[in-house]
Amino acid sequence: MDIYLPIAGQSVNAAFIVVLGFVVGLLSGMFGVGGGFLTTPLLIFYGIPPTVAVASAATQITGASVSGVMVHMRRGGVDLKMGAVMIAGGFLGSFVGAALFRLLQSSGQIDVVIGLLYVLILGWIGSLMLLDSLKSLGYLNTSAPDPSRPRHNRWVASLPLRWRFYSSGLYISPVAPFALGFVAGTLTVFLGIGGGFILVPAMIYLLAMPARIVIGTSLIMILAVSAGTTMIHAITTRAVDIVLAGLLLVGGVIGAQYGAILTTRLKPDLLRLALAIIILLVGLRMFLGLFWHPDEIFSIEYL
Amino acid sequence: MTIRFAPFALVLLAPLLIAADKPLLVPDISARQVQIRYSFTGAQLLLFGAVVYPGGRPPDRQVDIAVVLRGPVQSILVREKQKIAGIWMNADSDRFRSAPSYYAVASSRPIGDLLDERTAAIYELGVHNLQLSPGGGELPDKERRFEAGLLDLRSRRGLYSENPHGVEINGGVLYRATITIPSQVPIGTYTAETFLIDRHKIIAAATRDIQIDKSGFERSVALAARRHQLLYGLTCVALSLGLGWAAAAAFRRRF
Repeated sequence: MDIYLPIAGQSVNAAFIVVLGFVVGLLSGMFGVGGGFLTTPLLIFYGIPPTVAVASAATQITGASVSGVMVHMRRGGVDLKMGAVMIAGGFLGSFVGAALFRLLQSSGQIDVVIGLLYVLILGWIGSLMLLDSLKSLGYLNTSAPDPSRPRHNRWVASLPLRWRFYSSGLYISPVAPFALGFVAGTLTVFLGIGGGFILVPAMIYLLAMPARIVIGTSLIMILAVSAGTTMIHAITTRAVDIVLAGLLLVGGVIGAQYGAILTTRLKPDLLRLALAIIILLVGLRMFLGLFWHPDEIFSIEYL
Repeated sequence: MTIRFAPFALVLLAPLLIAADKPLLVPDISARQVQIRYSFTGAQLLLFGAVVYPGGRPPDRQVDIAVVLRGPVQSILVREKQKIAGIWMNADSDRFRSAPSYYAVASSRPIGDLLDERTAAIYELGVHNLQLSPGGGELPDKERRFEAGLLDLRSRRGLYSENPHGVEINGGVLYRATITIPSQVPIGTYTAETFLIDRHKIIAAATRDIQIDKSGFERSVALAARRHQLLYGLTCVALSLGLGWAAAAAFRRRF
């Protein structure tokens, strides 16, 4: 069934968009990632103008994370205090991201910068997660864990002004989650991604938060920042397509429910392995995309 | 002097035409307005009409017809990717100040057989004869490369098209051509031009306007996004929160 998108100014296959939303929602519920790193490239590949794709994907991420947040809240898997600190950092980050975006857009280099950033971040995070999950699943031989290794990252532990985060059972400086939120917020506007795939591993490895809390907390952060990003796009670029977002949402919110149900049935280490593989595959695809002869040598920008 | 019995429609016009010594084009379009609604996947327009000859008699030789449909003109920047240090990135760009957003030409025979190059260029008949007004000050080589890139890109998207046998002429008097508009065309006033060509000369021309506009829900969404950005953004956020909440509520029983 074809349906016309009033802002994108073209018609799309409604069923395809709903299925895309469902798959992304499934990932969102399972891993606590926004799924923007899949939605945005796929929408662009489908022929949706990039700004509309980025803006509408942000709206969809909000919806997919709502149902995820609710499920995790009910299970007590959200650290609200930690979330609030990260959201504050996220909003500041999204303003900085918007300014950087405009700067690079006018010079025409935004595509390459986005591609390179995707490759670097996805490759780094993906391999880190892959190694770790292989170790914990026992596929990789490791020397016995170093007993002298502190529980917190040394850099995080050295920050001043410590707060107690009861749900996470942590006593750390709020500067660390604030900085983390800032980075994720920048990336939300900049790359059209929720930033969850950075938040989740960073919360596990840098902040040493318990895995049970990580996904719910990252989702609530993504929820707030993606809602803020939708507003920024609606006011500045005016590229949010409510019909496109609605179609993505219908699939996305249902997918998120099934994803959250799956999390309770699967081993967390297997989940991490699966997410690591997906991240690495997307990163590899982006890496090759930099060197492959592009489909279109010429691109048109409206003045 | 005998009076010839022309077809009924022409009889009515006859008094106006007898004085004229040049043929006259009476063009029409299947739709003067194209409404973009939720189910819009593009449109097919029928451009048809009649040629009225002085004295009502078509000439013995074949005359030809070309029809052109063009969309509103846009000012655009075309960027070209080049391989720099192994990576493909935007390296060069050129401006075109008057690129039509949509252009389709259909003719009864290939344009090259109908008109000499100069005349075709003057009337902008054929994709390669479009006056795109490039940025100026650029080397002709570069301008040609960018123009070719732009034409190729838009041709493959169905935005620029040429159909050398797209006009059907009946009895030398009636003509018809079908032109397809893809769904991603911009809204605005489109013009349909019809040219009557005889012995490498354009002997008559006529123009009609077509309005392409969003209507109903699509129109109000586009307007709301432009005029009430804050409210529109809040609606989008509310929609996503509402749908997310609804799904969570619906699935609660499953646990």
